[in-house]
Amino acid sequence: MKKTYKIDVDCANCANKMEEAARKTAGVKEASVSFMTLKMVVEFEEGADPKAVMQEVRKNCKKVEDDCEIFL
Amino acid sequence: MNKKQKKMLIRIVVTFLLLVGLSMTPVTGYLRFGLYLIPYLVIGYDILKKAFKGIRNRQVFDENFLMAIATVGAIALGDYQEGTAVMLFYQIGELFQSYAVGKSRKNISDLMDIRPDYANVERDGVLEQVDPDEVEVGTLIVVQPGEKIPIDGMVVEGSSSLNTSALTGESLPREVTAGEEVISGCINMTGLLKIQTTKDFGESTVSKILDLVENSSSKKSKSENFISKFARYYTPAVCYGALALAILPPLVRLGILGLAPQWGEWTYRALTFLVISCPCALVISIPLSFFAGIGGASKAGVLVKGSNYLEALSQAGWVVFDKTGTMTQGVFEVKEVHHSTIETEKLLEYAALAECASSHPISKSLQKAYGKPVDRGRVTEIEEIGGNGVTARVDGVSVAAGSDRLMERLGIAFAPCHATGTVVHVAVDGAYAGHILISDMLKPNAKEAIRQLKKAGVKNTVMLTGDRREAAEQVAGELGIREVHSELLPADKVTKVEELLERKSGKEKLVFVGDGINDAPVLSRADIGIAMGALGSDAAIEAADIVLMDDDPLKIATAIRIARKCIRIVYENIYFAIGIKLICLVLGALGIANMWVAIFADVGVMVIAVLNAIRALFVKKLS
Repeated sequence: MKKTYKIDVDCANCANKMEEAARKTAGVKEASVSFMTLKMVVEFEEGADPKAVMQEVRKNCKKVEDDCEIFL
Repeated sequence: MNKKQKKMLIRIVVTFLLLVGLSMTPVTGYLRFGLYLIPYLVIGYDILKKAFKGIRNRQVFDENFLMAIATVGAIALGDYQEGTAVMLFYQIGELFQSYAVGKSRKNISDLMDIRPDYANVERDGVLEQVDPDEVEVGTLIVVQPGEKIPIDGMVVEGSSSLNTSALTGESLPREVTAGEEVISGCINMTGLLKIQTTKDFGESTVSKILDLVENSSSKKSKSENFISKFARYYTPAVCYGALALAILPPLVRLGILGLAPQWGEWTYRALTFLVISCPCALVISIPLSFFAGIGGASKAGVLVKGSNYLEALSQAGWVVFDKTGTMTQGVFEVKEVHHSTIETEKLLEYAALAECASSHPISKSLQKAYGKPVDRGRVTEIEEIGGNGVTARVDGVSVAAGSDRLMERLGIAFAPCHATGTVVHVAVDGAYAGHILISDMLKPNAKEAIRQLKKAGVKNTVMLTGDRREAAEQVAGELGIREVHSELLPADKVTKVEELLERKSGKEKLVFVGDGINDAPVLSRADIGIAMGALGSDAAIEAADIVLMDDDPLKIATAIRIARKCIRIVYENIYFAIGIKLICLVLGALGIANMWVAIFADVGVMVIAVLNAIRALFVKKLS
């Protein structure tokens, strides 16, 4: 399952870091962050609960870039 | 400028004034340190805060951290002015970047400003504005002049001209009247239209296109992936380099050469390294170039589904076309009547009546050329002869109309046709009566399109068609296409494309262009599938990588040009930014470039790269 989330982040490198952090989160199969459109596309693993996974993704993103937001 | 940016601008101005003021104030010692701390904190407090949080989260190679170390280090060495100035310029660079990115985001979303905000629905005789999402299929909506058509549908009442330029890049308005299909996203220019919707908003053209454009940047190109990887290694590498620069040379001087270690000098050089270690220019300018390139393309009516496709398109070496509907209009017309033993009109009348039961484009073109309503009552005993033609009785006279093979089968001597096109022989009462030549029309821009493709550096053009060899070769000859494969079934087209994929050399990419109706398998097999005239055709929008909004073949060359320009800009930025940074690193290590040079290099490269990236937005129109 694929879902798109709106995000807010200030710099392009931070967006890359968020992408990496999201990819490393359990339950995420693939993640892609576009700094230009301020969007995060997340593909979840089979059977993963997107809501719970996204909470983790947000936590991990905040860890690498304090100043970011994912609108769940 | 948004609120955040305005606040930053004020901080920058205040810091600048304070710095100028302080440089003219003759103070020394702790007072000087204390005074310089004011502008430093004004401009850098958020960076310091972020750096601190970064350390807590174990994100050491974060540009905030690097900037903090470099500036704190400079201040510790007594270079108060430099430390503050580096922070100031860094923030100026960040502000510029945020402004430029915001601006191009807005520019590009304005380009694709086709999202309708509301639909007018008549309820109890009053017009009400409702959310297009809530309009059910079959609802009657009213579109006033100046408004966008919110949902695909059929005109029930009224006539008007539509501006389709936001969708197709085509400036010529389209006339519509009652009974015609209209697509969402067009702007109604002159008259009031009442439209019965045929789709939900979510299924309408405008939603599909917006969806496609908004998701285009999630498919990243190789260059973008390269840059994110590069950034991941570059920053740590420079940091370790800085550490080595601060420690090793003094130790060598002290231990081996027996000289004074000059700790301060080497630490200063190491801090210069840290200033250059930020990969900002690259990380921002590459995605920005692709974003601008895709934006510029959509303005020209070329929708690109991802920056990876734009990158692949720039390497197009082979362009393979479908003939009918792509290079030709797909509309058959009776061109000539040859060897007619009876009056031309009479011959057409017989042919049209005999073929009256068929809905094939050929029969339709016969009926159109006949020009009068077909009275089916005059026709009896219609018999289709296995794809070769028909026999029938018209006004009691036996008529046969069809191909060479039909005539052979009926044992009627016929005059073969030397012209190209589809030939319909007609025999009346068992005797040959002549033949009708029917052919497809080339699109007006087809020839120019091939010429422009060659000019854009496409080496090979190939045409594939299910049509007869003569017809295919004639079209190819007219267009200047050397390689033609004709009489192909849809499945053969896939095999042919596979053969061509084998023949092309390594880096070249093969583009297939089709009108999208039954080309889906070929579109997905080619390196890049381009569907044209795809407005309203969902299957084509799904299967293709690039969608041309109108059916002008000239847009293929436009798309390739856009792709080439965009990739050129991307490479310019990569070489320029990495080159300048490497030069500065070397000069910094040798002690030639000081922190001023480093920060100017960093911010300057970023500004130039961003401005260069925005250039990808501008598309030169091919005439």
